[in-house]
Amino acid sequence: MTRALTLLRRRLVGSVFVLLIVVIGSFLLLEAAPGDAVDAYIVSTGGDAGMIELLRHRWGLDQSELTRLANYLWALLHLDLGQSVTFSRPIRDVILERLPSTLILMGSATALSFGLGSALGIYAGARPGSFRDRFLSIGSLALYAVPGFWLGLVLIVVFAVDLRWLPIGGIETVASAKTGVARARDIAAHLVLPVSALGFIYLALYLRMMRAGMAEAWRQDFVLAARARGLPRRRIVLAHVARNALLPLVTMLGLQSAQMLGGSVVIESVFAVPGLGRLAQEAVAGRDTPLLLGIILVSAVLVIVINLLVDLAYAFLDPRVGAGEAVA
Amino acid sequence: MKRLHRFFQTPEAIAGALILALLVAIALAAPLLFPGDPQAIAGPALLPPLQNWSLPLGTDRLGRDVLAELFHGARTSLAVGLAAAAAALLVGAVVGTLAGFAGGLIDEVLMRITDAFQTVPSFLLALAFVSIVGPSLGVVIAAIALGAWTGPARVARAEVLSIRERDYVAGARVIGMHPLEIAFREVLPNALPPVLALSSVIVAAAILTEAALSFLGLGDPNRVTWGGMIAEGRTVLRTAPLLSIVPGIALVLTVLGVYLAGEGVVESTAVRRSLS
Repeated sequence: MTRALTLLRRRLVGSVFVLLIVVIGSFLLLEAAPGDAVDAYIVSTGGDAGMIELLRHRWGLDQSELTRLANYLWALLHLDLGQSVTFSRPIRDVILERLPSTLILMGSATALSFGLGSALGIYAGARPGSFRDRFLSIGSLALYAVPGFWLGLVLIVVFAVDLRWLPIGGIETVASAKTGVARARDIAAHLVLPVSALGFIYLALYLRMMRAGMAEAWRQDFVLAARARGLPRRRIVLAHVARNALLPLVTMLGLQSAQMLGGSVVIESVFAVPGLGRLAQEAVAGRDTPLLLGIILVSAVLVIVINLLVDLAYAFLDPRVGAGEAVA
Repeated sequence: MKRLHRFFQTPEAIAGALILALLVAIALAAPLLFPGDPQAIAGPALLPPLQNWSLPLGTDRLGRDVLAELFHGARTSLAVGLAAAAAALLVGAVVGTLAGFAGGLIDEVLMRITDAFQTVPSFLLALAFVSIVGPSLGVVIAAIALGAWTGPARVARAEVLSIRERDYVAGARVIGMHPLEIAFREVLPNALPPVLALSSVIVAAAILTEAALSFLGLGDPNRVTWGGMIAEGRTVLRTAPLLSIVPGIALVLTVLGVYLAGEGVVESTAVRRSLS
């Protein structure tokens, strides 16, 4: 347990620095944006121009850049992301409201791509160089070349427009007053297409990694030893070869989380899922730069947290990790 | 010549090279075959494909020639993909070399910045950058490169760390070369091969990101893009799904061609290495 704790502490310290750089970077982007919060406020409320100087002073926008950066950091420490212009509400509340949809979408898509990808990877890697191995390798490469938003549109044409099996978009049926299990089933039906569009793209990554790891593992001595002991092939494949190739996939899970989050921006817009990604698009459309940067900060925190969890899972799975932390 | 011969040994590499050659030909031929503005109205709106031989793929919602748009879109995709990848590789190689060669505090700071860029989803970063600076071809290229240089930087740094201990680097120090000169004239060129091996993946990702940006309406408004065509076709998805599907197929083929050719290059050089 102490091993996991030292690991966690080390990673947390690193994360604070990374987060600070992200904050400063987004502050610089905010500064680079034409117009400031007062301009946006005047435009959105149609307020009178005589107020501009007063508002600038009241919101601290007439101070030096360093002071403003300090104010920005101080506000962030209090979890205050500022006020959204398009929604006229605190950015934090708007983001928190949209977060669950994105988390469900991302979580399901990750489970799909990891589960199916590693299973197919084991199938391909069980016999490296065979026909099914080559077929799956090329097929997964083709799948990886597909733009997620386009796959989403194709799925909509086939399953929602032609076959009418699944709903065309949204996260649940509007004003259906469904509760409990019925509501969960409704949401699940709405998620099938977006999760497939997002998950199938990244499936290739896990498949190829699993396959490559297994091809490597087949050449190791312990596999030869397992064969010499006369173990059944199935057992060698699963318990020896695949098991050794699985660990790097767990690391990939964390590294991919940022990609997945970026991918969900477009997928959410295709399927009208009211999540963080669609919010980002609304922020772009409404020229709401503070909201956009708030979303970037929250996704950075999300990615950091996911990677921390993956690191902990890794330390749990591989006893070598953390034991030599002082060296690494 | 030998290396070329080796490259064309796998059917995948041949297929990739053929696709890319076709694509380059299309991009080069676009202004010759379809002179004039591809965004100009060429016929009746929503003409289905294979009806009129002067408009083989039909027209879109506004009566624009789909084939002409497709050809001109290839130019944008290739230009953005190649330029963004080149910028990302250049920035990544320079940052990685500086970090690896300087070590110490510079290394620490540069790598934390790299971490920060990897923590923010690169697509969100590109989205924010384009929406703040305003969409144009150059801005889209910069936005994509902004999220893509971290991979090359890490690889370059790792390579530089192993190279900087070699004898010829020590030799360069002894004859009094400036450290920056050693870093960029002696170390960087030798650290390049593994960095360049990333280029196919980066070009492919750049093409896909460009498509997604223009799909969301953040591409250069004065240029035809495949992503923009898909978005345009989306409004008539029920009646004319082909308008969205066809440019998507072009995208898939392009990216697949880049991947396959890239694998071919890596494989042929890997063979070369294991032989020598």
